[in-house]
Amino acid sequence: MAEAKLAERPVAAAGAEVLTVGDLQAWYGESHILHGINFNVRAGEVVTLLGRNGAGKTTTLKSIMGVIGKRSGSIRFDNKEIIRATSDKIARLGIAFCPEERGIFSSLDVRENLMLPPVVRPGGLPLDQIFTLFPNLKERLTSQGTKLSGGEQQMLAIARILRTGARFLMLDEPTEGLAPVIIQQIGHTIARLKSQGFTILLVEQNFRFASTVADRYYIVEHGKVIDGFANSELSANMDKLHTYLGV
Amino acid sequence: MQALYAQLLVGLINGSFYALLSLGLAVIFGMLNIINFAHGALYMMGAFVAYFLLNLGGINYWWALLIAPVIVGIFGMILERTMLQWLAGLDHLYGLLLTFGIALIVQGVFQNYFGSSGLPYSIPDQLKGGVNLGFMFLPIYRGWVVIFSLVVCLATWFLIEKTQLGAYLRAATENPTLVRAFGINVPRMITLTYGLGVGLAALAGVLSAPINQVRPLMGADLIIVVFAVVVIGGMGSIMGSIITGFALGVIEGLTKYFYPEASNTVVFVLMVVVLLVKPTGLTGRAA
Repeated sequence: MAEAKLAERPVAAAGAEVLTVGDLQAWYGESHILHGINFNVRAGEVVTLLGRNGAGKTTTLKSIMGVIGKRSGSIRFDNKEIIRATSDKIARLGIAFCPEERGIFSSLDVRENLMLPPVVRPGGLPLDQIFTLFPNLKERLTSQGTKLSGGEQQMLAIARILRTGARFLMLDEPTEGLAPVIIQQIGHTIARLKSQGFTILLVEQNFRFASTVADRYYIVEHGKVIDGFANSELSANMDKLHTYLGV
Repeated sequence: MQALYAQLLVGLINGSFYALLSLGLAVIFGMLNIINFAHGALYMMGAFVAYFLLNLGGINYWWALLIAPVIVGIFGMILERTMLQWLAGLDHLYGLLLTFGIALIVQGVFQNYFGSSGLPYSIPDQLKGGVNLGFMFLPIYRGWVVIFSLVVCLATWFLIEKTQLGAYLRAATENPTLVRAFGINVPRMITLTYGLGVGLAALAGVLSAPINQVRPLMGADLIIVVFAVVVIGGMGSIMGSIITGFALGVIEGLTKYFYPEASNTVVFVLMVVVLLVKPTGLTGRAA
């Protein structure tokens, strides 16, 4: 199968495979969204899923997180099969999720939002480091979570999962709807997290942004991974990419 | 004037029960999205457990305050695990009908064995008697019920609004899927929340046993008023349900003094007015 070969392509970073997704299928109610997703992520990499709206990128992240009710195939994380695990168990294995809609709680203030996700293992970022990354948050600790600006909410959504000790982060369109200066700040943050050894699976529409942080890309279309390449092969793949993304 | 103060005290006592019960209903509604019509029956069970503890086990009132809420809370958690959990995601009506059915069954069983008349439960020795406050005579037990209820209500408010556990609860009320994806066992939290709400009802039942006697239908009579209180206060707010509970008790008491004919209906008149003017209730958020 073509998809199976994609997973074996040479990669930029040479860490061990932490996530292996094989023939992942997922359904929302009656509608079949994912039709066999295959890809992998190695330790320390930033891997980006690219694709048009509705291709199945977000559903892929949600399936990995275990929040899609009906899914089949295989998702192996740290050599454990998690396709049947509930999302709380999956989180406890060290996967943290930052959803597209950010999921800031309006009945919690900023501090409570930040402290909400429980620590799942030692080694999370201490608060002072989080405030170095996101100084705005420190000023706003007693504000209601949803009173923050869009950019601050995004920072809060990322900051709160850094505390937990999870080393595998899934970020769903972290730059969506944000001003360029904030996108830049999020880019710096991702680069810094990568240098600290975090593994990041990113979903992005903003290809220019993705190209500043990603090691590898996978193209998702109609619920399948149809192509994949390393950042170093980017310029050679530019034409194909334009066709895939229709940009 | 004596009569006015006496009615105010009765109002505060009733308000204590309204507050404890509507608080539990608000917590349960927030987390389970269920309008718990079994609340009155569980309140009654609290009183009966206290009665059994005393008469079968010789276990006194003070222990009953602790044990009865735990026993009834466990009963509630079994209800949640075996029945209520399957209604998640369905319309409110299903939960309302199911819990209404449970209430009728529980009350029916108790009526079958104990009839409809009240069983006596005496005031514990330490709380017997009264004090003359100068302007009125205050039975100690009644003062205790008001103060203890207030403390329990405020402690529950503190638990939900000011602690990490409460933050989980509030967050899971908003977005249970995401909270679970952070690693929190939300289904277990829902069960415990139902247990907490039910435990508060049972506690109110124990408190009421020495005042109102222990009767199978004691909850059925009370719960209708409590639902009116909840509608007036709004389902969403913890502090709102506490304040509304006490306030409506007092309003009822004042009505008994100034215009006794309306004392049984004043709460419902207020409910109608609130529904017409602000359907989400005085402190409620839109559902």
